Amino acid sequence: MRDVEFLGINPAVFLSTMVVAAMPVLLAAMGELIVEKSGVLNLGVEGLMIIGAVCGFIVSVETGSPVAGLLGALLAGAILAGIFGLLTQYFHASQVATGLALTLFGLGLSALLGQSYTGIRPPDFSIPNFGVLSELPVIGILLFSYDFLVYFSLALVVGIWWFLNHSRTGLALRAIGENHNAAHSLGYHVIRVRLVAILFGGACGGLGGAYLALIRVPQWTEGMTAGAGWIALALVVFGSWRPFRVVLGAFLFGGVTLLQLNLQALGIAINPAYLSMTPYIVTIAALVVISGMGSHASLRAPACLGKPFDATK
Amino acid sequence: MKKILMLAAAFLLTASISSVADPLKVGFIYVGPTGDHGWTYEHDQGRIALEAALGDQIETSFVESVPEGADSERVLTQMALSGHDLIYTTSFGYMDPTINVAQKFPDVKFEHATGYKQADNVATYSARFYEGRAVIGHIAGRVTQSNVIGYIASFPIPEVIRGINSAYLHAKAVNPDVEMKIVWVFSWFDPAKEADAAQALIDQGADILMQHTDSPAAMNIAEDAGIFAFGQASDMSKFGPNAHLTAIINNWGPYYVERTNAVIDGTWTSGDTWDGIGAEMVKMGPMSDKIPAEVQQEAQALIAAIANGDYHPFTGPISRQDGSAWLNDGEIADDGTLLGMNFYVEGIEGDIPQ
Repeated sequence: MRDVEFLGINPAVFLSTMVVAAMPVLLAAMGELIVEKSGVLNLGVEGLMIIGAVCGFIVSVETGSPVAGLLGALLAGAILAGIFGLLTQYFHASQVATGLALTLFGLGLSALLGQSYTGIRPPDFSIPNFGVLSELPVIGILLFSYDFLVYFSLALVVGIWWFLNHSRTGLALRAIGENHNAAHSLGYHVIRVRLVAILFGGACGGLGGAYLALIRVPQWTEGMTAGAGWIALALVVFGSWRPFRVVLGAFLFGGVTLLQLNLQALGIAINPAYLSMTPYIVTIAALVVISGMGSHASLRAPACLGKPFDATK
Repeated sequence: MKKILMLAAAFLLTASISSVADPLKVGFIYVGPTGDHGWTYEHDQGRIALEAALGDQIETSFVESVPEGADSERVLTQMALSGHDLIYTTSFGYMDPTINVAQKFPDVKFEHATGYKQADNVATYSARFYEGRAVIGHIAGRVTQSNVIGYIASFPIPEVIRGINSAYLHAKAVNPDVEMKIVWVFSWFDPAKEADAAQALIDQGADILMQHTDSPAAMNIAEDAGIFAFGQASDMSKFGPNAHLTAIINNWGPYYVERTNAVIDGTWTSGDTWDGIGAEMVKMGPMSDKIPAEVQQEAQALIAAIANGDYHPFTGPISRQDGSAWLNDGEIADDGTLLGMNFYVEGIEGDIPQ
């Protein structure tokens, strides 16, 4: 069973690599999902990720503890997002412009902070020991071969799904994203909820970046997110603002990229340009199909997405 | 409106007049961040060497992470407008933007790396990296156990294809069973994708990695997997102390000093420079003790033979991938064919993406 191969690729190994490859964008996209559900469009995900990457790296190198690094990344992402929240929610700065500025700021600041941290190896992440479970054929690799952050992230997805659909606060957050005036008149604190959502989104983005720098690559290099933040933003749209679809999208994006590289290594002659564009074609196709299904329910951006709220008006 | 234009013109005029007395302004534009520890890092080391050598006579500035294409044209125009006298454009994709901007600023000198288009005020320069590739190919062929060499390639341009061919030929020469697996990532710098490509190659049995991309991500993956890899453009041993066998190091400093001096002296002319190990534009990093002593000696002998001109890495007989003859026995490839190389040599499997 263990050596079952398909086209020379072991599917279990492939799928488990895909899960790991998808983690950074998955985490960032989950954060952005909450932010957008509350009606705020933060285009600064790339900046949040890179700041998380560099801060997570610095903290874990300095303390020698990967977990401390993750906490540092969470905090750094939240602080950077807090600046965005302050500017857009209290000073009514344009969300689009502020988000873009956040990306540029994050890229620059991370380069500055990380200057003396290139060429260092971060402390290793231990893989939890599942004993006999990880020895099982196929299932061992597929389910019990990851670092704990993978399990945490998948639990987070379920948590977010539950929060948005089954908790009072989650419903309030969605109400604010759909119609902030109505929510305000019902007594919800629009600005406060949005601010918390933005901080949460920042923390998730930071964690996603830290996953890249601490586990997946693992090293610090300037500009190492290389556009992952933008893919996270696209995934939220691809997943039509639903947690499980976003996960599916993240696996699809990660999987197609990996498949493309693996097929090349196998020497299968498919022009890599086609495979490289596949995720984007799939996104467009999915959007067309979803909106073609017609009903209002499918492609549902929060109605107040990106609109500023001012209680005094 | 007219007034403003005249004012602006007057301002520009005074700016350019005053720059005559000032130190020579030398600009650099980089495709990646200076901290990439690869391609751009070494160009910036060259810039720093230039500053150290010429001191007050010059003033340097750089713009990093400039995408190839329209953005670079904007940055170059800005540099020319802000009084730079000499601009180094350090990536292949800046070729047409460099030519375009050079036409508009005939008094500014441009030096474009790795391209093939020149003008009266545009010179080109590159290094014979394939000489270094021959050395690492030889080492890889002797060291590999699985007989599979993984190669992470960036874009299908002659520069990269030449490197693959050179490495393959020299691995094959010492190990007839060697096979080269090539993955194109279509990026110069994307650590996550480079890491994935490295992993894919390892999954397919590679026990030695080579790369033509700029980040040390693959080196890290090789270290984790317990296999070997070569540093690209720069010494990457700190990313993989056990994995790192040696590195091909780009050494631009001496060239930058020479050409900048020529501008100061007024002796600068356009032209093409293509130097290799002999002129020390390409250097090999220290050899790891993981390479057996006799292989190290062979490699040193190869380096010496290339340096003094006794041996050219593309010496016939060599056939193209389709089996047709390219070089006869003892024939040496001419630079024109090398610069435009768009075919694999015999024995490499797979197609070059179009």
